[in-house]
This record gives sequence, structure tokens and C-alpha cells, in this order.
Amino acid sequence: MSYDVINHEYDVVVVGAGGSGLRAAVGLSEAGLKTACVSKVFPTRSHTAAAQGGISAALGNMCEDDWRWHMYDTVKGADWLGDQDAIEFLCKEAPQAVIELEKYGVPFSRTEEGKIYQRPFGGMTKNYGNGVVQRTCAAADRTGHAILHTLYGQALKRDTEFFIEYFALDLIMENGKCQGIIAWNLQDGTIHRFRSKMVILATGGYGRAYFSATSAHTCTGDGGGMVLRAGLPLQDMEFVQFHPTGIYGAGCLITEGSRGEGGFLVNSEGERFMERYAPSAKDLASRDVVSRSMTVEINEGRGVGKNKDHIFLHLNHLDSKILKERLPGISESAKVFAGVDVTKEPIPVLPTVHYNMGGIPTNYFGEVLSKDVNGSDTIVDGLMAVGEAACVSVHGANRLGSNSLIDLVVFGKAAAVRAAEKVKPNSKHEEISDAETQKCLDRFDKMRNADGDTPTSVLRDKMQRTMQSKCAVFRTDKTLKEGLNEIQEPWQGLNNISIKDRSIIFNTDLVEALEFDNLIRQSQVTVASAENRKESRGAHSREDFKERDDNNWMKHTLAWHEDGKVKLNYRDVHNYTLTNDVQYFPPKARVY
Amino acid sequence: MVQFNLPKNSKIKEGNYFKSDSDSKNIKKVNVYRWDPDKDENPRIDTYEVDMDNCGPMVLDALIKIKNEIDSTVTFRRSCREGICGSCAMNIDGSNTLACTKSAREINGDININPLPHMPVIKDLVPNLKQLYKQYQSIEPWMQSNKSSNGTEGLQTIEDRSKLDGLYECILCACCSTSCPSYWWNGDKYLGPAVLLQAYRWIIDSRDEERQKRLKKVADELKLFRCHTIMNCTNACPKGLNPAKAIGSIKKMLVTEKSA
Repeated sequence: MSYDVINHEYDVVVVGAGGSGLRAAVGLSEAGLKTACVSKVFPTRSHTAAAQGGISAALGNMCEDDWRWHMYDTVKGADWLGDQDAIEFLCKEAPQAVIELEKYGVPFSRTEEGKIYQRPFGGMTKNYGNGVVQRTCAAADRTGHAILHTLYGQALKRDTEFFIEYFALDLIMENGKCQGIIAWNLQDGTIHRFRSKMVILATGGYGRAYFSATSAHTCTGDGGGMVLRAGLPLQDMEFVQFHPTGIYGAGCLITEGSRGEGGFLVNSEGERFMERYAPSAKDLASRDVVSRSMTVEINEGRGVGKNKDHIFLHLNHLDSKILKERLPGISESAKVFAGVDVTKEPIPVLPTVHYNMGGIPTNYFGEVLSKDVNGSDTIVDGLMAVGEAACVSVHGANRLGSNSLIDLVVFGKAAAVRAAEKVKPNSKHEEISDAETQKCLDRFDKMRNADGDTPTSVLRDKMQRTMQSKCAVFRTDKTLKEGLNEIQEPWQGLNNISIKDRSIIFNTDLVEALEFDNLIRQSQVTVASAENRKESRGAHSREDFKERDDNNWMKHTLAWHEDGKVKLNYRDVHNYTLTNDVQYFPPKARVY
Repeated sequence: MVQFNLPKNSKIKEGNYFKSDSDSKNIKKVNVYRWDPDKDENPRIDTYEVDMDNCGPMVLDALIKIKNEIDSTVTFRRSCREGICGSCAMNIDGSNTLACTKSAREINGDININPLPHMPVIKDLVPNLKQLYKQYQSIEPWMQSNKSSNGTEGLQTIEDRSKLDGLYECILCACCSTSCPSYWWNGDKYLGPAVLLQAYRWIIDSRDEERQKRLKKVADELKLFRCHTIMNCTNACPKGLNPAKAIGSIKKMLVTEKSA
């Protein structure tokens, strides 16, 4: 079947309208570039809305702070897998980025002096690991929601052109250069080809590869899927963050800010067990540390509940005024999804998939990286990535809470600045053939008319359960090998997928199948990268290789996906800083 | 005499019945509005028997179960599943609300699910909200201030900040506007509760310097004064906000703030 293709020409196309996509779009519009922002959901429905606790920046509103301390914490949180030039850039730019958000109108909570309120968060310390610092800027516990709506307003102010409920299908790659994207307009069923001199992928993470995730249903890593199909690699995909406090059963997020405000975890013996695992930081240790500790408690029979399979989070000792002012959102979530009154009872929680440290490899300008035949880094022309979709890498092997929101705005802006340097407004587009467009539409049409035996939901369920059981908090050679094997089944199932809805307008049966295609590729890459990495670092915890091994594994994993097979290679971790304002932090033991 | 004709597609037919093969005693009938833009047919109500013993607690869980296990063509929006993105707003059991936070067990008898009322339907439970989004843009939902920041952060007292509580939490789900009879009849001119709540959010923000301009802009017989304090908006809001009160506050300011 042939499709009429509607053509568009833009200087830059941003795919995704969450925090990083919107911040990039704002910067591009300011720079006078003709910008299209393409999103499969209305911008304020993006998953940035679900971020609760806050956005980190060394403003020093509550106590003395320094961006170098923030940098040290981030390097340590990342278990030294982060690129320190990029981390320096992030932490140094952070205060101005938050001040800009305030100016945009974000309704931050306030201190007595009228300054932005900052709360303690996991892994955030003063003076290089000596005591707790209050660095996480908060709008109650709805910080992501507040930032997302504000950024959407800023994009409207600048007349950014939105293409809403357009599902991006594939990149148009020609001679190694990205020339635009193909997208499907869900609202009227038309196919669109966006020609552009730069594509910025801001498509978020792929949390829905797992059975239980705090991620929204729409977190299907569509940009990562597009990149893999274009023959480009993804980086550090074995590093999947489990958030310590997803609501048991429902998986909805309870912010780390609840522990920042004084909440603590308790096992079946009524013990505050984090004191044993992290004597200094206790409940505010890094997320990977807390999630592992909880898992050990449960595995050793000290879980709570009928099946002893979860942990309690106590907030009931906190002043009800604090709960009302600073944690109103999670108080509501706990009520709705766990039937718990937080002023009286503990919340049942469980480590739940939350964030992908891995993603599309970029430098700190947001330019996408690959590797040439000689093993050197190369920049992929015409392609950038920001936000959770990208791996800059500032989060390394484990992200600190509240570092994701700051990542969105710092690198969203940086990408816009870089694109403005590289793209001349209204310059002519290169001639391209129709071959790539046809290839993409063939895949789309094949999927649309798929009449196999297995519905997407069955394949997705198999994938999610495999990832959940074989590539979880603790991993071994055995579970990962089984995972590699079992994940083949849903991948093969793609050839026998069944789509019942034959329409073209708002065909969510087809959308879910295309999303599954993106998820399953990234799942395969994740398990293969995890099986390959024979050490424990950050969120990647191997029971058969318990220690971090800097001699052999201080390197980023790169993974390509070719016909269901994963090809691996490596990139060096940047062991240098951006400027002389700060010195490289050499690896040492990671104790909280 | 004036002749009234119901528009095409307004008559809803009885649709298909999907019987559950489970022998569970806890079967609930879920009646879902279906309309396919590709077919020249009237809308219909399809009925699905859902085994609630093997289903999550919320109405969205039941819809997802139907889509996964019974009929993958059922079409609805959903994303965060925790009441913060506003995607899954629909009319459930006669009221507009979010499917993801609406408990299925609290509903007596069948679960009746329709799209948000009085909006054009794109397909099944997916309404077209373009008009509301355009109206949202018209109130200029961004901070307007000429103060240069000089790279230092702007201040706001705790008291001034607290005036934004109950306003900034709005998730633009449109449950309120689409439950408002005034918005049903005059939706092209009346801004409706969702958008007026947001207008007030910026009017009352102590950091914004265009309060008078903003007030003038909404001080209009149609844009604002089509609110007749019916209060459906406040009853419908799944986030517990009070758009009717915000509208009342704007009206009051127009009287008390002379220059407006």
C-alpha cells in the first residue's frame, strides 16, 4: 500500500515535548531557528510531570553550598562511570538554570526570606561527603509538573510550532547523516516527512520494558528504538535505576523527598535497617544502595506484609503541617493507590524501575556519538539527543535523585545553543532520495497489516516479566544468560504479531505494537550489556562479581542491535574535567 | 416553527457483547462508547464482561485489561496512571474524572464509560481538545515581567506563594470545562473553568506585572461572565481544585480593582 506523504521543512526538529524537548525548543525559537516540536502526547502529558521531589542546584539558599560539592556527589553517585567534563558542566550551569526557571514562573516553594526552598536528597552532601546539604529545589512534591507546565507556557510564548499526537516512526539517515524524521499523525492518520538540518531526540526513557515501573505507559524509549534501527549504538544500557519507594502493587512513585523531609524505611522487625547499610547517610544514601538494602532485607525474610515481600516507609511521625505543605501529592497518591493515611500508617513500598542511566551517547553539547572503524569517537551529523533518552554521561552507573530535572534543562538549553551554532537559519536542505522514507513506510505498513497469532500485549508481557525477573536489582551470570535466551521469544514474536485494528486514525493497537518494537530492541541490548559487564558498579549489581573493577571496566558499554543480535564495544570514560575550576575526582571506595 | 434535528451520529446504538469465559463470581459489565471515524456508522455501546478478581483496582485497569485480553481495538488515551498527566479524562458512571484514579469497586452495577461530553470525538473515548488548548494559549500562560534578573533569583514571600496553591496543580485534563453547561453551549466563546483557573493563576502571581492587562483581557461578557456558578466544575475536578472559586475571585477583582 502506498501512503501520501506530507512534506515539511524545518531548521530543527525536536522529537518529544517533555522537560528537555521543551527547553531545547524554547532555546531554538529564541535563536531564530525554524523549529518543529513533534510529540506523541500533548506536552503537559509528558512524563516530566511525574517528577516530584525537586531539581538540584547548589544555590546555597538553606546552608553553604558549592557546585564542586554537587559535582563530587554526582561523580560518586555515578560510581565513577560519569564523564567528569559533562558533570562539571551540569553542576556549574545548574544554579543559573534554576534561576531561569524561576524567572519563567515556576511556582517554587519558598523560605522565610522568600528564596527558593531546598530540601535534602539522597547522596547530596556538603564538603565532599561530610554531612547532609539541602540542595534540591522544590515546588512542594510536584516539581516536575510545575516545571513542565511552565516550559510549555514559555514555548507558547515563543510561538514554537507543535505537532501534537504525531508518533515518530524513524530517522531519515543518508550517508551517515540524519536528514529528518518520518511521523504519523494519529489524529487524522496522515504520514509526514520532516526534513531538517538537525534532529534533537528528547523521547525519554524505556521504563516500560519492565513489568513494574514508576514510568508512564508512554515511556517506551521511542528515540532509542529509532537510533538502534538506524544502525547506531546505545550506551551503558545495563544501568537501570530501581527507585527504592514505588508503591507496593501499583508501582506509583513516592518521592525520595519524603525521606529528605525525615521519613525512614522499616523492616518486619521494626528496625530502621538503613542504619546498618549506610551508617552515615542512612535513608538518604544513593538509590542503588537503598534499593539493594531493601532487597536484601526482603530476601533474608525481614520483609513486611502477608508475603513478607515489601518494606514500610514511615512518614507518620512527621508534623502534619509539613506533610500538607511539602508532601501533599504523595499523601494523595498513598491514599488512592495504597489506601493509606500517611499521618497514621506507613506506606508499603518496593524498589521499582524508575530511570535509565543509559541511552543515546552524546557529548555535553548534546551531539550524538558513534564510533568509527578505528575505534575513535565520531559525531553523527544532524543528530542530537537530550534528557533521559540521552547518555551524556552525567549519571554514569547511578543517577542521584533530583539530578534528572536539572539534566533536562541544562542539556536542553546546551543542545539549542549548539544547534544554533551549527545550523544556519533558513539555509537550503540537501537533496535526499526517497529510499529511506520508503523503508520506514514499508515497516509501518507491514506492522499495520500484521495478521499473526500473538497480540502485542502477550509479547509485551513476556518481555516485561523476563526483564523483571532476569535483569533486576541483583544479577548473576545464570539469570542474565537465561534472560538473553528468554528475551529472544518476544523478539521472534514480532514476526508473528497480531494487529486487529485496521484503521489509520488513532489506531492505538498499532501504536502499542510500534512501541513494543522500540522496547524489545532496547530490552535485548540491556540484557546483553548486563551479561557482558563482569563487575558491580552503581545500579548494575552482580552477585558473581561483587566488586567494582576499575582496571577492566572503567569504560562505557556501546551496544548495536542487528537483526536481533547485539554487538558490543566500548568508549573511554572521560577522566578529565572541562576547566581548571575543579580537579578530576579519582575513583575511591563508595561508602555512604 | 424552528425545526431541531439531532446531528448525524448522535444516536447511540447497542453494540457488541463480549462474554467472559471465566467462572469468577466477581464479573462486572463495562459498557464502553465506541465510534470509528473510518466507518459511516452511528456510535455504539459495546459491553465487556470483566473478571474483577483478576484486574487492578481502577477503571483504567479494567480498560487496559479489555484492550490487552478482549478487544485490542478499544481506543483511549492514558499515560502516567497516577493522576498527574491528565490523559485519561473521561465520563465514568455519569461524572467526568480520571480513569486512573477512579476506583472500579466503588461503582455500583455496570461501569458506563463515555468520552468527555460535548467535545468532538476523534475515536471511541478520545475527544478532540484543540479548542480548549487554543483558549489556554489565549490567556498567555507565561510570566510577564520586565524585571531583569541580573542572574540572581527572584523572591516571593511564603504568603504570596501560597496564593498559587489550589491553582498551579491543575493538570489540564478538561474534566471541569466539559462538565460545564455554559461551556457546552458557548464553548467557542466562553473560556470555561479550566482556562479561567489558569488565567487566575497568573493574575494572582505576585511576580507577574501584567495583572491589569490580564484582568482586562478576560473581563468580557462571553469569555468570563458566562459562568453562572453552576459548580459542576468544582464537583468534577479529580484533583480537588475549585475553579468556580477562582472565577468568583476574578469577578470580584474586576469590581474591587478600579483600574481594571
